[in-house]
Amino acid sequence: MLYRTAGQFKTSYIADQALFPVRQDAFLLGIILIFGWVIFPMTASEFTVQTLLIPILIYALAAMGLNILTGFAGQLSLGTGAFMGVGAYACYKIITIFPELNPVIAILLSGFFSAGIGVAFGIPSLRIKGFYLAIATLAAQFFLAWLFEKWSWLYNYNASGAIQVPNSEAFGIFVMGPQAASITEYYIVLFVVTLLTVLCINLTRGNLGRTWKATRDMDIAAELIGINLLKSKLTAFAVSSYIVGVAGALYVFMWKGAAEPNVFYIQLSFQVLFIAIIGGLGSIMGNYLGAILIVGLPVVLNVVAGTQVFEMSTGSAILLIVLIAVATFLFGVARNLWGMGAAIGFGAVTLIYGYAQLHGFRIESAMIEHINVMIIGALIIFFLIIEPHGLNQLWRLIREKLIIWPFPH
Amino acid sequence: MLNDIFIAPFVDMVEAPDFLMQVLWEGLVSGILYALIALGFVLIFRSSRIFNFAQGIMVVFAALTLVGLFAMGVPAWLSVGLTLVVMFVLAVVIERVVLRPLVGQPDIILFMATIGITLFLIGLGETIFGGENKVMITEELGIPTGDTVLEPFGGLLILQHLDITVVIVATLLVLALLAFLNYTQMGRAIRALGDDHQAALSVGISLQTIWVLVWFIAGIIALVTGIAWGARAGVSFALEVIAYKALPVLMLGGLESITGAIVGGLMIGILEKLFEIYWGQPLLGGNTETWFAFVLALIVLLFRPQGLFGERIIERV
Repeated sequence: MLYRTAGQFKTSYIADQALFPVRQDAFLLGIILIFGWVIFPMTASEFTVQTLLIPILIYALAAMGLNILTGFAGQLSLGTGAFMGVGAYACYKIITIFPELNPVIAILLSGFFSAGIGVAFGIPSLRIKGFYLAIATLAAQFFLAWLFEKWSWLYNYNASGAIQVPNSEAFGIFVMGPQAASITEYYIVLFVVTLLTVLCINLTRGNLGRTWKATRDMDIAAELIGINLLKSKLTAFAVSSYIVGVAGALYVFMWKGAAEPNVFYIQLSFQVLFIAIIGGLGSIMGNYLGAILIVGLPVVLNVVAGTQVFEMSTGSAILLIVLIAVATFLFGVARNLWGMGAAIGFGAVTLIYGYAQLHGFRIESAMIEHINVMIIGALIIFFLIIEPHGLNQLWRLIREKLIIWPFPH
Repeated sequence: MLNDIFIAPFVDMVEAPDFLMQVLWEGLVSGILYALIALGFVLIFRSSRIFNFAQGIMVVFAALTLVGLFAMGVPAWLSVGLTLVVMFVLAVVIERVVLRPLVGQPDIILFMATIGITLFLIGLGETIFGGENKVMITEELGIPTGDTVLEPFGGLLILQHLDITVVIVATLLVLALLAFLNYTQMGRAIRALGDDHQAALSVGISLQTIWVLVWFIAGIIALVTGIAWGARAGVSFALEVIAYKALPVLMLGGLESITGAIVGGLMIGILEKLFEIYWGQPLLGGNTETWFAFVLALIVLLFRPQGLFGERIIERV
C-alpha cells in the first residue's frame, strides 16, 4: 500500500545497486530531512532543541562512529567516551591557540587528533580479538580519562580543571559559547551530522566498507582472499575515531558548554554502545533510532512522571492514543506480539498515571530518577529480547511486510 | 630522570623494607578481592560464554541487601541467610527472564543484556535502599576489627585484623569452590558444560539448572566480596568500580581459567600498589591505579593474546 513497488523496474545492475532501490525510501528520507532542516527549527521550543534535538543528533553521530568499528569492522570497543574526550580537548586547544579560525573547521579538524590516538590504540587489535580486545580498549578509556585530569596543558592550566567554551563568532554571529543561540548551534550540529552521515553511507557501501565487513565476518578468511588486515582494521579505527572525536567536540562545544574530565568516563562509552546496539549493529539509520530511544526516553519519562507538573489534557491523551495505535499497528504488521503488548502496556500505564496525577497522586523526584534507571535497564533487556538485531532490523521487517501488505507472503 | 625511574624506587624499597612489606600486604589483600570477583566472572563465562558485566553490581546489591535487612531489625546472621535467598531468587529470575530468551544470540548481545541487568539492579537498589552511603555491619557479624603491629627489621608493619580475616575467608572460599568443581557431580557438570555445550547436553546435563547454579555461586562470591569490601570502604554504588578492576585480571589470567583468575588477581593487586607508591605518586601525580592494571594486561596480551592461562586460541577457516 504505502510501500507499493509495482512499476519500479530495475533494468541494470547499477539501478539495482542504487542508494534507493525503492522510490518510497527516498521520499521518506526527503520528508525526514524537511522535518530536520525546516519544520523542527521553526516549531521546537528552546527546551526541546537543547534537551532533545541537539543531544539526539550528537549521540547518533557518536554511535555511528562506534558502529563503523564494531558493527562494520567487528572490533568491539569500550573506549568511545575517551575518544570523544580527545576530540573535545583537541578542539579546545585548537580554538584557544587559533582564536580567529572558523569554529566549524576547528571542530572538523579536531577529529584528526582522535583518529591518530584511535589508530595507536587500534594496533593491538591485530593480535587481540573479541572480548580481550574490548578489555584492551578499556585501557585507552581509563588511561586517557586519567590524562585529561593530570595533564594541565590540555585545559590551559586553569584552576577548575574544566574546559570552558569561549564565545566565538563566524559568519557575523555567535556560533558557540554562552551567547550563541540554540538554533544556530542546532544548525551547525545538523550540518556536520548530515555531512558525516552521507560520508559514512557511501564509505560503507564502497570498497572500504566491503573490506571491513569481510574482516568482521571472519578475519582469517578475509586475509586468505587477499584483504590486508592491517589496513582494514586500522582504517576502521581511524574513521571511527574521527567521527567519534567530532561527536565529542560537538558534545562539549555545541551542547554542554563546559566539560570536566569525568564527563568522558566509562558511563559515556556504555551509553554510546547502548545506542549502537539497540539501534542495530552494522546499520546507519539504527544509530538515529537508538539515540532517539536512549536520549529521548529519560526526558519523556521525566516529563511524564512529573518533575514538571504534567496535566494530561484531552488533546495530549488523544495524541498518545493515536501514537500507540500506530505503534501497535506497525508491530502487528511485523507479527511481533511482544512489541504490541509493550506498546499497549506503556500507553495504558501512562494514561492511568496521568489520570491519577489529575487527582493529586505524586511520586518524589529522587524516586523518579531511580525508577528511570531501572526502566532503562529493563527496556534494554526487553529490546534485546524482542529484536536482538536492533531497531533497524525491526524497521526492516516492518518495511518488508508493508511492501507486501495486505498479503501475508 | 632515568635515576628517578630505574634506581631511586628500588633504593627506597631496600632502605625501608617495613614500608615495602606494608605495601605488599595491602596489595595482597586487594588482589585477593579482585581475584574473588574475577572468579565469579570466570565461572559464568566458562559455563555459558556470557561475559557477565553485572558481577560488580551484584557485589553492591548483595552488600546493600544485607545492610538493608539488618536495618529493618533482622538479626545479623539471619540477614546473611536471607541475602543468600535473595541472591538465589535473583539467579533464577535472571536465568528465566533474561538468559533463556537470549540463548544462542551473539556474545555481544548477551554482554549488553548483562549491562542492562546492571542498570536495572542499580535502579532497584536505589529505589529500595536509597542511594546514600551505608556502613557495613562488621561487628555484628563477628568480624574482628582491631590491628596487630609487627616490627620486622626494626620498622613498623600494621596488619588490620579485618584484612587477615578477609585473606583467610577468601582462601577458604576459593578452596571450597575448587573442591566443589572437582569432586562433586554438579561441579563436574559445570566443567563439562564449559568444555563443550553440545556434548554436555547430550549426556543429560541440564543447561538451565547449571546456569542458575553458576549465577547463584557468583551471588555467594558477590556477597563475600561485598562484606569484605564494604567493611573496608563502606557500602555504596561506588563499589561498582572494583568490578572494572576484575576485567584486567581476567585478561591477564585468561577468560576461562580459574587458576588464571587467582594468579592474575594477586599479581595485579600487588603490582598496581607497588607502581602507585614507588612510581605513580612521585613521578606521575598519583591515582595511577585507575589504569595501571589495564595497561599491564594490554602489554601481556600483546605477547600472549589468550592471557597467561587461557585456552590457546585455534582458528580455522
